[in-house]
Amino acid sequence: MISLWRSRQARSVLFQVLAMAGLVGLVTFFGIQVVANLKVMGLSFSFAFLDFPAGYDINQTLITYDSTNTHLRALFVGLLNTALVAFFGIIVATVVGFLIGVMRLSKNFLISRIAVVYIELIRNIPVLLHILLIYGLVVNVLPHPKQALDIGFDSFLTNRGLFMPKPIFEDGASLMFYGLLLGLGLAWGFTYYAKRVQAETGKIYPVFAICTSVILLLPVLGYFLAGQPITMEISVFKTFNFHGGIVVRPEFLALWLALSMYTAAFIAEIVRGGILAVSYGQTEAAHALGIRPNRTLQLVVIPQALRVIIPPLTSQYLNLTKNSSLAIAIGYMDLVSTIGGITLNQTGRAMECMLILLSIYLMFSLLISLFMNWYNNHIKLIER
Amino acid sequence: MANTSKAYVATGLSKALPPPLNTTGVIGWIRQNLFRTWFDGALTLFALYLIVVILMPSIDWIVVTASFEGMSRAECRAVGKGACWAFIGERLDQFVYGFYPLEERWRVNLAGLLLLITLVPLVFDKVPGRMYLFGYGLLYPAIAYFLLTGGFVLPEVDTQLFGGIMLTILVGITGITFSLPLGILLALARRSDMIFISVMAVAFIEFIRGVPLITLLFVASSMLNYFFPPGTSFDLLVRVLIMVTLFSAGYIAETVRGGLQAIPNGQQEAADALGLGYWQSVSLIILPQALKIAIPGIVNIFIGLFKDTTLVSIIGLLDPIGIGRAALSDIKWAGLSTEVYLFVALFFFVCCFAMSRYSMYLERKLHTGYKR
Repeated sequence: MISLWRSRQARSVLFQVLAMAGLVGLVTFFGIQVVANLKVMGLSFSFAFLDFPAGYDINQTLITYDSTNTHLRALFVGLLNTALVAFFGIIVATVVGFLIGVMRLSKNFLISRIAVVYIELIRNIPVLLHILLIYGLVVNVLPHPKQALDIGFDSFLTNRGLFMPKPIFEDGASLMFYGLLLGLGLAWGFTYYAKRVQAETGKIYPVFAICTSVILLLPVLGYFLAGQPITMEISVFKTFNFHGGIVVRPEFLALWLALSMYTAAFIAEIVRGGILAVSYGQTEAAHALGIRPNRTLQLVVIPQALRVIIPPLTSQYLNLTKNSSLAIAIGYMDLVSTIGGITLNQTGRAMECMLILLSIYLMFSLLISLFMNWYNNHIKLIER
Repeated sequence: MANTSKAYVATGLSKALPPPLNTTGVIGWIRQNLFRTWFDGALTLFALYLIVVILMPSIDWIVVTASFEGMSRAECRAVGKGACWAFIGERLDQFVYGFYPLEERWRVNLAGLLLLITLVPLVFDKVPGRMYLFGYGLLYPAIAYFLLTGGFVLPEVDTQLFGGIMLTILVGITGITFSLPLGILLALARRSDMIFISVMAVAFIEFIRGVPLITLLFVASSMLNYFFPPGTSFDLLVRVLIMVTLFSAGYIAETVRGGLQAIPNGQQEAADALGLGYWQSVSLIILPQALKIAIPGIVNIFIGLFKDTTLVSIIGLLDPIGIGRAALSDIKWAGLSTEVYLFVALFFFVCCFAMSRYSMYLERKLHTGYKR
């Protein structure tokens, strides 16, 4: 018996069997308790409640919804709201983060100090406070619609949110859409072609400029060819509030600004680290080969820095998406506020609601990290 | 004939000229750092403009036109147009102690003081009796638990009365103390040869890292009852503490795993060759080296954990944000959200900034290898 205990394999098998037994025991115990508790409360485990009318209103909906729709539809509305704020948040956080990160490395003393102050100030304050602070500012400090702040382009900033003109697409607007598709296709083809030409001859086309102009110009061309099929619906002030146009609600505004500012501070540090990780010898070697400074940045430094930047950037995107769940603090109707908030409270089905909520977030996380892994593989160093 | 040549031959080196005036001193520094090129100069001017536009009104609002006295918002506004700090002053007690009974607050103060002592050996290397102080640090959670909740000779205090900065520090410290060992165990489990154990660790870690903390807190507040015999009731604070600990343990496990992976295999082989068992080799050879690499990352996770304690306000605990939101619902003071949140933000900034500086100091101290 002692000799069996001395053998590493035997012990390993024993421990695993014990662990498995422990896990099975725990799951059984919890399972029995759950069944007993549900019985006491007279509930059963089922997702049928998703088909019942929700009975509550949601103030920001991307798809049509009213209180007679089902809980399932409310769930989708919440899901889309989460996706919306995550999408716009990621875009702004990336742009601002890269900008601040580069500013942090600037040789200009003032600029680099401003970046440092921004990063330290934002990073060391909880994101929930940022959200509440900005929300408080929007609601308490911005003027009432009566004295709306006119910020140009027929847009108005008030404590009820941002009111913007809404484009109405009439007949023929599809031509613009096809123009955009064609532009994207052409840009993709040209990038491919330019890469091949560069690999063969070393000649470099201004790919970015050409692609941007093609993507922008073709829809504009479509716009005029179809006879200007877009009209703007402008928000108009009537008695108490603005009506018509696009309304960016204060909850969305606060959440979006706070999440992107907060994440941008982290991205800035990642960008700085990534650029510093490219040894200065690379720049010197490029200069020695007679490559001009901006080309050096574009062809030597940035591609190598990106390789360091992308993996932590992924986890920042994930963090932003997860942090968007704090929306519940200011009543932005995201996933947590719909399925995990009102639906849960109305139906009392905590188990089912939390299960749905947790699995959706897990799915979000897995999707983003899958995409980023693919991208990471795409740009990683191929050693020959 | 005497040599009358006028040729000049220097007999020694002439004195070096001073560097040009515009490369030294204040002017030189400004030229080098602010106006290197015209673009740089334009940026500098733009930055100066930004600073003036943003900083001036802020200072004006926070200090110059702010009012520090008054019993309501209206009285504040009568004094000055700026911030109304009287509000914070009136509620300061709550912001620090929550609703902890007035006559028992010395216990919170004492616990805070004792906490400061545990920090001494972390900050100063050469303190006499450092090992004893560490031992005391391990005992501290028990002492603090006794002091804060009472029992025995002290009157008991309900945890529902806990609140304010005290609650934040309580949740933060508990999370930090218990998540570190748990995280290390998880990291070891993930790297284990035993497939079943490593699969369990991976599943746990990935689950924790994949969902937001707030959903876990919801699970704690609304769903945990289902898993225990009907009628059992857990203290909400305890449930929150467990969730916060599990949550940060998942993140710490990943950081520690990074440290473990950086240790070359030869170390483990050498330990095996010396005849050390698993726990001996892990605790004497592998972990000390791995933790040295992982410590800055771990401190960063602690900073995150400390910031995340604010989320407990969403499930109804009265941390400073919870206290602030409760205070804002007082009609006398309604609409002063900026003051409240700025005050709480200041507290978090001071704590987190200090911790991040400490992390940098550790990084420098532990970097005992090559230095350039």
